[in-house]
Amino acid sequence: MASQPPRAGPPPVPPGTVPPEAVPPGAGAGTEAEAAPDVAGLGRLRAVAFLTPALVLIAVFLLFPAVWTLYIGSTNYQLTGAAARSPKVVWLANYREALTDPLFHNALWLTILFVFGSAVLGQNALGFTLAWGLRRSVGWVRRLVEALVLLAWVLPGSVVAFLWIALLDREEGTLNALLHTPGTAWLVTHPMACIVVFNIWRGTAFSMLLYGAALAGVPPSHLETARLAGASGWATLRDVVFPHIRGHMLTNTLLITLWTFNDFTPYLLTAGGPDHRSETLPVYVYNTAISISGGRMGYGAAVSVLVLLVNLVLALFYLRLLRSRGGAVSGGVR
Amino acid sequence: MRRTGGVTAVAASLALLATGCLGSKSSDNNANRNADAKDVTLSIAANAAPGGKNAQEADWVNNWVIPRFTAAEKAKGVTAHVTFQPSGVGDEDYKSKLALDLRSQSGADVISLDGIWVGEFADAGYIKPLEEVAGARVNDWDGWPQIPSSVQQLMSYNGKRYGIPAGTDGRVLFFNKRLFAQAGLPVSWQPHSWADIIAAGQKLKALPGVTPIQLNAGTAMGEATSMQGVLPLLVGTGRQIYSDGRWQGNSAAVRDVLDFYRQVYGSGLGDKTLQQEAKGRDKSFALFAKNKIGILLESDYFWRGVVEPKQGINPMPDRDQNVGYALIPAKAPGTGINGQDYVSMSGGGGRVVNPNSKYPQQAWDLLTFMNSAEAVKAFLNGNAKITQRTDVNGEVLKNDPMLTFVATRVLPFTAFRPALAAYPQVSQALQQATLDVVTGKSPADAAAAYGTAVAKAVGGAGNVSSG
Repeated sequence: MASQPPRAGPPPVPPGTVPPEAVPPGAGAGTEAEAAPDVAGLGRLRAVAFLTPALVLIAVFLLFPAVWTLYIGSTNYQLTGAAARSPKVVWLANYREALTDPLFHNALWLTILFVFGSAVLGQNALGFTLAWGLRRSVGWVRRLVEALVLLAWVLPGSVVAFLWIALLDREEGTLNALLHTPGTAWLVTHPMACIVVFNIWRGTAFSMLLYGAALAGVPPSHLETARLAGASGWATLRDVVFPHIRGHMLTNTLLITLWTFNDFTPYLLTAGGPDHRSETLPVYVYNTAISISGGRMGYGAAVSVLVLLVNLVLALFYLRLLRSRGGAVSGGVR
Repeated sequence: MRRTGGVTAVAASLALLATGCLGSKSSDNNANRNADAKDVTLSIAANAAPGGKNAQEADWVNNWVIPRFTAAEKAKGVTAHVTFQPSGVGDEDYKSKLALDLRSQSGADVISLDGIWVGEFADAGYIKPLEEVAGARVNDWDGWPQIPSSVQQLMSYNGKRYGIPAGTDGRVLFFNKRLFAQAGLPVSWQPHSWADIIAAGQKLKALPGVTPIQLNAGTAMGEATSMQGVLPLLVGTGRQIYSDGRWQGNSAAVRDVLDFYRQVYGSGLGDKTLQQEAKGRDKSFALFAKNKIGILLESDYFWRGVVEPKQGINPMPDRDQNVGYALIPAKAPGTGINGQDYVSMSGGGGRVVNPNSKYPQQAWDLLTFMNSAEAVKAFLNGNAKITQRTDVNGEVLKNDPMLTFVATRVLPFTAFRPALAAYPQVSQALQQATLDVVTGKSPADAAAAYGTAVAKAVGGAGNVSSG
């Protein structure tokens, strides 16, 4: 990884990480980027003209919805009824209600379980295991396994959900036939386990591909040296492979954490039920804002803001970890 | 720095823009807009799909209404393009879709909706009184005198007509005569109290693989739990969910109802798991059709839409011989509302004209066309249903003993839900209470939690009766 140049992301570039070659001679390392002379020779006007389309897109598709959600979240707006015609501003009442609502706590806890079980542990471990195991296997075996795993990833969510409902069905489900457990309604008795396993199955492809690429970057000479030194398989992994791909692991974990946190597909399997036992936060938002409890859009928006905050905290946490590795990170996936 | 300032300015101006954009705009559309158009585009939306849910209605719209209406308009020199927007989903999902459509000022021109949604949709400004949408001539429609005023109430709110109802229904206890015979029960069964139902359930329990009683429970079933479960039981205790300005809270009546749920689900007479499955109600229909459920509380829809031998979702070729029906008894003789021995609940839907329709006059014409005696008979297509029109009912009901039974025995004493905007949340609290009992809470605890939820939903304990 030292062979790759450190890559600074798009703005905002934090002070201190500006690549040395971008800093013109004479400018101090800590100077604001704006103070730099016009290296591209565009002139301020043209520079602004180039930036404007991107800024407009960001404003329309990212900033505006966020501000809009904040606004709705401060009202008692509903999908139907009198509060749909003339909503009132209730300021922070929605947030207070959410933070004291046992169902919100339940949803937050289930989301943490879901993310930790299916993404951080499940997809990560299975993805790495597959990538590591397939590393040296024959071409067709590798391609076949990869194709099957990818298939789970590329099929549309609704199709996949239908297949899983058929698999787990109480009367005529495939799983009951295989396990000789007739009459077990898996989605009712073990809803969380079902959606965790489902999400591992569904999302492992990404981790497998990313680790596959990362492992290709581990210098074979290091592995060879470890082998000659008599290192066991686990020691090789721990001392040679993991240090090389640590950046990839963090990037991968960040991405799948955020995706899983916001994943709505479990709704297609259990609709959050039974009795809220698989109601993760996105499902909770849907159920309160759109669906069964009378379309409480204002409350749902407030919860969405809270979800956004949790996402931000998660992202910051991982970015911190990444940064503390210094410029030695070669994740490269955004 | 400057860039940050710019972004802040953009954000601030967007926030200003956003303020006051929420809520529905008061669009004062002229009822006569495009009244003389020669080229008209109209659409019809219903929770019906060809070959799927309510296929009979979908086929009727596609094969009868659209071609005939187009021909009738052509005779008037108008080219009408009418399309059908099918849906085949749960009622809650269909309602969400409609609310979102109407909220964004779009949606079909003629829309089917459940009578119980009229209040909330009207309060939200999504639908408007027919007079406002299509002008005063709606009151001159020759069909109104054919529709009983109690049925017209289904699509009315605050004394104004919002749409034309599409008939009504009544709830009864369906039972499988074959299973009853096997269990040594009379095939002309009529229970006279809740205890009689439990007693029959105990006998049916002896049959292997048979669930004695299906009494809808839980939140997954949605409104079906309220209409085919809690509310018919509640009126059997002498209480309405809403009366004299107050909702039932943690009252003796509600606790009685929940205790009946405990008797069914606490002693293996009902299938607890089925109540919690995402498609539990559909499954209960399938199981009944496979002779695996003994007693099922449902509306006459079950008879004509589910186990109907030819077009039903789960057809039973031997329906007429093997599906029995009985009046729902009050808790004990004489304890029902108005001192009744037997009780029921009724509902029904109808169709409205979308206030955002580009062609409100033509949409009203289409709506009345769909509600003409000829159209209603075509919809029935030889089958029977309690329609909105008395002239049609007189002709068709005599062919079907079950629907005659509902029309003559059930409708005289049936009860309706309150058309109030708070009802859906109260209903959901009832569903949650039954779920609590099914999953093992005591009826007293479930009723207490229900009482709290209701007080919150209807704006304080002052609007709740706990007596």
